[in-house]
Formats: sequence, structure tokens, C-alpha cells
Amino acid sequence: MSKGTIRNFLLGDPQADRVVPPSGFTAQLTLFVSGAMAFLAVFALALSLASGRLADRWAEELARSATLRINAPADQRAAQTAAALQILRQTPGVAHARALTEEEQAALLLPWFGADLPLEDLPVPQLIEVIQDDPSYDAAGLRLRLSGEVPGAVLDDHTRWRQPLVKAANSLRRLGLVSILLIAGATAAMITLAAHAALAANRQVIEVLRLVGARDRYIAQAFVRRFTLRALIGATVGMALGVLGIFLLPEASDEGGFLTGLGFQGAGWLWPVLIPILGASVSFLATWIAARRTLGELS
Amino acid sequence: MIELENVAYNYGGGELLSDLSLKLSAGSFHFLTGPSGSGKTTFMKLCYGALLPTSGSVKVFDEDLRKLDRDQMAMLRRRVGVVHQDCRFLDHLPVADNIALPMTVSGRDPAQESENLNELLSWVGLSDRADALPPELSGGERQRAALARAVIMSPDVILADEPTGNVDWEMSQRLLQLLIELNKMGKTVMIASHDLALIRAAKSQVQARVLRISNRRLQLAGADL
Repeated sequence: MSKGTIRNFLLGDPQADRVVPPSGFTAQLTLFVSGAMAFLAVFALALSLASGRLADRWAEELARSATLRINAPADQRAAQTAAALQILRQTPGVAHARALTEEEQAALLLPWFGADLPLEDLPVPQLIEVIQDDPSYDAAGLRLRLSGEVPGAVLDDHTRWRQPLVKAANSLRRLGLVSILLIAGATAAMITLAAHAALAANRQVIEVLRLVGARDRYIAQAFVRRFTLRALIGATVGMALGVLGIFLLPEASDEGGFLTGLGFQGAGWLWPVLIPILGASVSFLATWIAARRTLGELS
Repeated sequence: MIELENVAYNYGGGELLSDLSLKLSAGSFHFLTGPSGSGKTTFMKLCYGALLPTSGSVKVFDEDLRKLDRDQMAMLRRRVGVVHQDCRFLDHLPVADNIALPMTVSGRDPAQESENLNELLSWVGLSDRADALPPELSGGERQRAALARAVIMSPDVILADEPTGNVDWEMSQRLLQLLIELNKMGKTVMIASHDLALIRAAKSQVQARVLRISNRRLQLAGADL
């Protein structure tokens, strides 16, 4: 496609636009399909961005912290805790280490055992929160030293459960992106069908245009411009409704977790603006290819 | 202007036209006659590239139509004015826009050439019907509008396929006068018609050759015409 064609397309030609008769159901179909697909694309985009944020947060926050668990008899627990803290303070790569208070430990168990838990009567291990520095500590070396000096210490650097969580969030992000691609593909397929139907219905118009000297590019452009503008309008309306739906979702909260964090954040609200542009581009390409093929078949 | 050499055209498994040769020189006036179904419309279509011959060659303005791509064919059609038997309008556009269609598709703005368009509408007697839609026109008005559309680009050649087929005698005379005027302006005119009375009437006013398609071949018509 030449630069001149694109320029003519963007600037438009009111006379050229009029040569194609206004068509009924294909116009409505294009508007509806692009609107519905844009609406779905907004949610897919929101899902993808929220999953991405979650994956990044989990990866970052969990990667920076570790937990040291002291499983020792009650009479040795304080000594082993103190020894472990001493080792941690001496370990390069550990920014900060502190033993959790009884209240903090009770709060961690609260969801499972309730508020009346007699923590002092249970053999609950002492937990030490370890915040790593940059660069981080040598986990294998630290484990080796702890096993020698603090026999009841178990270092959990969260890798075991962090990796599947981050992997799941990243998979959700990819699913969101794949959904957007599928939506774009489905839009292209539907608009191609609508364009084929419109071209077939206007076969006589095409013949007349050719007989008076219209080039195929001119005829194709008249159809493509019309379909692209319809797709742009439909997708803009669909996008606006989708964004409104996202806006009306409950605000992100710790209690709601992932479900309430499904919206856009900050400049992320601008991302949906790309959806109508993508929809119009998809429509432009689909109609252009359909028009050139149909015109080739009609010759 | 238009040159056919040993042209044959097959249709539906049989030969519709065979071994046709003809040269239309600049400023000439030709009638093409023959019984219904003899191939007059096919012959006209071969002359402006709507159909390509099965064998032989058709040259328009020295261009072999078989060698032209679709864009080149479109450019060539802007230089050949065609009046179709069934007129073929875009029914959703007013008459003035239909007449201006060849200008529109060639990128010229009809609004900037409205004087020419008004003059043309007046010439074919459709000034007061400019805003009507084609289905609202009578048979004669449709034919005159088709003629106006055929000549708006000032083509060198005008091919009219049964331009008087659906109109009364008075209107066919009026259309004939318009075509004769065009010929006197130097245009090459070819009219396909089975109306022998019209051809006789034309021969008294203009020097015209009459060709007849008979038994798939082209012949010069006899002295009775």
C-alpha cells in the first residue's frame, strides 16, 4: 500500500465515500462485533496488567525476605534464637533480622486457630524474619553454619512456594495477552466476513464503478474506509463501557486480594485507549485484504 | 482508435463471434446492427475491454487490451464513453452525481467543475432532474443521463449499446441528435441498434457506416441501409 493511499485514506474523500451505498446489517454487525470485542479486550487487558503487577510484587517482596524457624524445646528456644540472630547479623547479605513477637506470631495463626489461642501452652516454633541485602546472602552457606551452631534452625527462603505463585501470575498475564490476540483475530474474522458480504451485495455497484474507470484501489478504499470508521466507533464505545465496568469494580484491598485489584492503576488507565486503535487497524487490514481478494475474483 | 483483428469470442461452449476485423478511425460514425442475440452487446463489450476475445486481438488507442492490467484498463475506460443498454446507475446517488461519477472516480472534484456539469445537464435536458434518483427517471431520461455520463470526461470514442432501446421515437430522435452532435465535434461514435428506422434516419444526417453481425461474422450492411 502506497503512502498516497494511506494519506487519501486518512484524509478521506467525501465523494468517494458516497459511491458505496449505506449497507444495513453489515454496518450493524461491524459496530456490534468491534464494540463487544473492545469491551472484552478491556477486561483481558485489565487481567493481564493486574497479573503482571501481582507477579512483580510477589517476585520482589518474597524474594527479599526469608523466614528462619527455630524448632527447639522451650528451655532452649531463647538461646537458640539469640544464637541465630547473632549469626544472621554477622552474615554478609542480610540487611536486617528480627525475632517475631508473640503477638505477631499469634496474628499469623489467627486465621486458622482463632483469637483465643493459648500460644504459651503450644510448642510453637520461634520465627525470625530475615530481610536480605543486595547482593543477597549465600543461602547454602548460611544453612550449613546454622545446622552446626543452631540445630533447631530451619531457613525458608520462600523459593519453594514463591516460584509457583509467580509462575501462575505470569501465566495469567500471558493468558490475558493471548486473549487480546484472540479477540483481535476473532474481530478480524468477523469483519472479513462482513466485508465479504458487503462487497458481494454491492457487486453491481463495483461493476458500474469499474465501467466508468474506477481503479480497484479506489473501490477498495471506499469500502475499507467505511468499515474502519465503523470499527473505530464500535470499539471506542465498547472500550468506554469496559473502562466504566472496571472503574465500578471495588477498590483494591488486602482482604479482597487479587479479585479487587483487577483495575488499572495510574497511567495504566491510558492502555485501553490503544484498543480502538488496534480494532480499527485490524479492521483496516481485514477489509483491505478482503476487498483486494474479492475485486480480484470479480475481474 | 479501436482495432479488432481476427477476433473470436466463445460463450457457453460455442463460438458467438468469429473472425471479426474492424478499424474505427477517428471521427467516424458506425452503426452495428443484427438480430437479437447475434452478439452486438458482446461486440461492444470487446471494444471497451469488459470482455476479452477468445482469440485475435483488440487494440484501443494502440493498446492491446489483453496486455493491460486492471489499473491500466481503468485508465483506458476513462477515455471511452460507454452508454449501456440498461444504463447502469448507482441508484442511491442523485442523477447529477451519477453523471459526474467518471470524474469522481478519477479524482476530480465535481464541485469545482459544476459549470461543465450544469452545461452537460442542460445539453441533455436534465437540468431540472439533477437531484432526482435514477429510479425516479423515465426511460428517455435515463438514456440521456447515461449519455451525459459517457461524455463527461470528453472521451475520444463513444460506444452506445441500444441507446434508444427503451424510448419512444421522438426520444430516440433526440438521443440520435445528441450523438450526431458529438460526432460533429470530432468524436468517434459507434451505436449498436436493431432499430433500422433509426439507422436510416441517421444516414440522412451523417456519413455513417453500417455493420451487421450475421452468422457470427461482421459484414458491411447492404444498400437497403
